[in-house]
Amino acid sequence: MILAALDVFANSLDFLVDRRELLLEKTWEHIELSLVALAISILIGVPLGVALGHLHRGSFLAVNIANIGRALPTLVVIAVGFTVLGIGFTNVIFALVVLGVPPILTNAYVAVDEVDRDAVEAARGMGMTPIQVLRRVELPLALPLLFAGIRTAAVFIVATATIAAIAGGGGLGDILVNQAAYRVEGLVAAALCVSVLALAADAGLGLLQRLLTPAGLKQQVSSFEPDVRPVV
Amino acid sequence: MAQPVIPDFGEASECVSENRLFCPDWVRDNWDPVLQPALVQHIQLTLIAVGFGFVISLGAALAAHRLRFVERPFAWVSAVIYTIPSLALFQLLVPITGLTVTTVEIALVGYTLLILFRNTLAGLRAVPPEVLEAARGMGLTAGQTLWRVELPLAVPAIIAGLRIAVVSTIALATVAAFVVSRGLGGPILGALRLDFRTEIIAAGALAVGLAVLADVLLVLMQRLATPWAASRRSA
Repeated sequence: MILAALDVFANSLDFLVDRRELLLEKTWEHIELSLVALAISILIGVPLGVALGHLHRGSFLAVNIANIGRALPTLVVIAVGFTVLGIGFTNVIFALVVLGVPPILTNAYVAVDEVDRDAVEAARGMGMTPIQVLRRVELPLALPLLFAGIRTAAVFIVATATIAAIAGGGGLGDILVNQAAYRVEGLVAAALCVSVLALAADAGLGLLQRLLTPAGLKQQVSSFEPDVRPVV
Repeated sequence: MAQPVIPDFGEASECVSENRLFCPDWVRDNWDPVLQPALVQHIQLTLIAVGFGFVISLGAALAAHRLRFVERPFAWVSAVIYTIPSLALFQLLVPITGLTVTTVEIALVGYTLLILFRNTLAGLRAVPPEVLEAARGMGLTAGQTLWRVELPLAVPAIIAGLRIAVVSTIALATVAAFVVSRGLGGPILGALRLDFRTEIIAAGALAVGLAVLADVLLVLMQRLATPWAASRRSA
């Protein structure tokens, strides 16, 4: 059994080399799809979360939306989107955005809501307008946590995009759901590519998150690990 | 010449043959042969995965609580597993364990580890030092302290972890259908290929409903398991 498994892994390495053009093309498609979905999710989630956090309103909705997002199975969202929107890019982007917004929105809300009230008070005392308070105090202090949400969503979207191939999204999932054409070797090779992509997105955004953290916050943030990451 | 055999699939209702958004009659007719078995399998998949995951993470968390060097490697490995997309992890395991339930369960167990380990360890570490001091003063051994003081006080954190693990396992188990036809993912995937809307919506609603129900049950379990917290809650 172990020998047979090793054989498959060896063959999948061959597949990686022989079909590298196909894999590169599908990987690029996967990245494109994920970036579009992530950009839309950020455009929806960040302003909404920041606004609610700034006003300290809607905590129930903002906090629970992440829980709701977690309870929604990816396959169900894709399948229901498919029944309503049909096959293709729009449906897939819709599903990815539905699943990508919750972690971004919740983190953005919590990040701004939990900014030290004394700091906000002090800024107001200095005569800053609400917009200035938001831009110069709340946002910089909220940035690390806000970015953690984007990181979570990015990993989540890369993973979900894999399953989205079933509804015509393209990307590496095209290979992963098509055993008849690519056999086990192809599936394993594509699985390796998508795993590396997810790990790279996580590590890369983690690095960016650290770079964006204001120096004064570094000490505090290093001990904080958000555990609202959903799994796909 | 013999008559060709035409299989009798019964009469499809107007709603089903027109593939309207949702046909209650199809759900009623197919509850016993299709939906109910899938639901039961889904619950089995989830219980086995969370059960094994809980035992492994509890062991690792207890080890890491006493020996600090255990924490980093276990947290790192479970974080890497957590980041790998489920469909990819399933396919990476297929050459080793085949298109079987084992493949699915190994992956599902893998996804529960990070959350359960982190929450359990955080719960154990959050026990106030003066409580441990009092336990020692009462003459409790290290083992007794663990069982009677530390673990009970960690219950809320552990259950918080279980809630996340159970809900996400229920969601993830739908993807298992790509490997082996078990659980609610089976009908969803089958219906997706046939573009049959009622089955997608019915099975999808069952999966979401199951996750919500499990979450509510775990909250109730936590209230029962930590009666001392009730007075604090009401205060």
